[in-house]
Amino acid sequence: MEESKRKSLQELARNIRIDIVEEVAAAKSGHPGGSLSIADVMAYLYGVELRVDPKDPKNPDRDRFVLSKGHCAPALYAALAEKGFFPKEELTTLRKLGSRLQGHPDMTLTPGVDLSAGSLGLGISSAAGMALAGKIAGKDYRVYTIVGDGESEEGQVWEASMFAAHYKLDNLCVILDWNGLQIDGPIAEVMNSAPHKEKFEAFGFHVISIDGHDFDQIEKAFNEAKTIKGKPTAIVMKTVKGKGVSFMENQVGWHGKAPNEEQKLAALAELNA
Amino acid sequence: MADKIATREAYGQSLVDFAEQYDFVVLDADLAEATKTVKFKKAYPDRFFDCGIAEGNMMSVAAGIATTGKTVFASSFAMFAAGRAFEQVRNSIGYPHLNVKIGATHAGITVGEDGATHQCNEDIALMRTIPGMTIVNPADAVEAKAAVEAAITHDGPFYLRFGRAAVPVINDRPDYRFELGRGVLLADGKDATIVATGITVSMALEAREALANEGISVRVVNIHTIKPIDKEILIAAAKETGVIVTAEEHNIIGGLGSAVAEVLVENAPVPMKRVGMKDTYGHSGSVPELLKAYGITPEDICEKVREVVKMK
Repeated sequence: MEESKRKSLQELARNIRIDIVEEVAAAKSGHPGGSLSIADVMAYLYGVELRVDPKDPKNPDRDRFVLSKGHCAPALYAALAEKGFFPKEELTTLRKLGSRLQGHPDMTLTPGVDLSAGSLGLGISSAAGMALAGKIAGKDYRVYTIVGDGESEEGQVWEASMFAAHYKLDNLCVILDWNGLQIDGPIAEVMNSAPHKEKFEAFGFHVISIDGHDFDQIEKAFNEAKTIKGKPTAIVMKTVKGKGVSFMENQVGWHGKAPNEEQKLAALAELNA
Repeated sequence: MADKIATREAYGQSLVDFAEQYDFVVLDADLAEATKTVKFKKAYPDRFFDCGIAEGNMMSVAAGIATTGKTVFASSFAMFAAGRAFEQVRNSIGYPHLNVKIGATHAGITVGEDGATHQCNEDIALMRTIPGMTIVNPADAVEAKAAVEAAITHDGPFYLRFGRAAVPVINDRPDYRFELGRGVLLADGKDATIVATGITVSMALEAREALANEGISVRVVNIHTIKPIDKEILIAAAKETGVIVTAEEHNIIGGLGSAVAEVLVENAPVPMKRVGMKDTYGHSGSVPELLKAYGITPEDICEKVREVVKMK
């Protein structure tokens, strides 16, 4: 990757992280941990990968993005606002009555949101449906969805995976955010959904394992996914929950808790450093 | 009475009949032979997608397809479409108000010998609570076909309730018209009104004839659209005939009886009795045996009419 491209992606990821902290702090609730863990891949998706146009958010030929782990909506809203789908000032209305930014994504309210999602396990199925619809219509758009590692405890994730492989949905790219923590504690202790790579392979996916904070690896994985024919791709992405804010990193307590004013300023100072 | 045809047969055939006129795809969950979507599968294999035995996934997949502007029929037995996949129907389809048409067959106890695990007497209750969901429970094959077309042309989520057992065709007449959300006054009367839906509509007509011999004059209203329900026809029936009996192949809790009661108590409270599954599970058996055992027959409707008329 060219240095200038890396720098601009790092800058976008940093802005997304700043937005996440400000959104969740303003809402006084929300999910910073899992939002921060996907900030880098969201930067790559909306900075490079997705064929989307903020001026034409409903274009039938656009690529689709489904945040199946919808509680990490702050990361999606941040990426959409940075991309210009709606004004950045709106980000701090998150979770407030009358806001277009619901606690979990709502496709009927927010420009750029392709699916109302967040009840875990459902989004990946609808992403597969979108991919199938693209095949039926003979369109070349691609569908990307981020699924949580805790979310993959839901049986429907595997029903959807079976379906995607059965219908050879090579226009579908599932990104598994393997940050290792869920609400009640470490995944390995609560309900071990690992091994993910082997499971997706057994279900018929092409699987790529990467470090979800390394833009070179992210770019390589997305480029490889586009060359795979006849099967869907899963990118199993090892991440750090809370990435970028040292006191939130790998702390299960920051799954679904907002920073107070002091914590917010500390987080922003770190991100702006 | 004329021929007997199961509404599920009419459903499968209607999908074929409307395939050239309208653009839609059909999903099923390994029950195409039973839901009769197999007719469509054979005629239009490129527009049919089996989802296997995974109804929750099927509903969310249907939603995903519908986001691209395509209308989708998703079929299974009522137990799995409304029961197993309730949350997917609510969150994936209902909440974003997508054009998914749920073709639920094998509703009620006329599933027969398969028994209670497959006899869904709760689906209307479940679907009624989803905002924006339209629910149609056709009385016969003619109405079933009309309901399928109404589902295709209606914008938004739609629940179609079909039965396994063959039922008399009662709407085979040149002037038949189906209006979504409008009840049908099938026969007039002055002493009581039977409000029926689905397979109980023909029973209500039989009950009306029997009661006429006893000197009780009964109006029969067919409510094919359970949501949004036709308040006007119900209020008029209450005011003009004074008492109401509802009849349905569904739990008396949450179904037609509840929907009618909700309208009447707020607008025209009158004595009312309900015929249906009395908050119980079904059992294996033949269809006629089951309908008799659980009290869903013309004679049961007559008995409730006699009782409610005395409450005047």
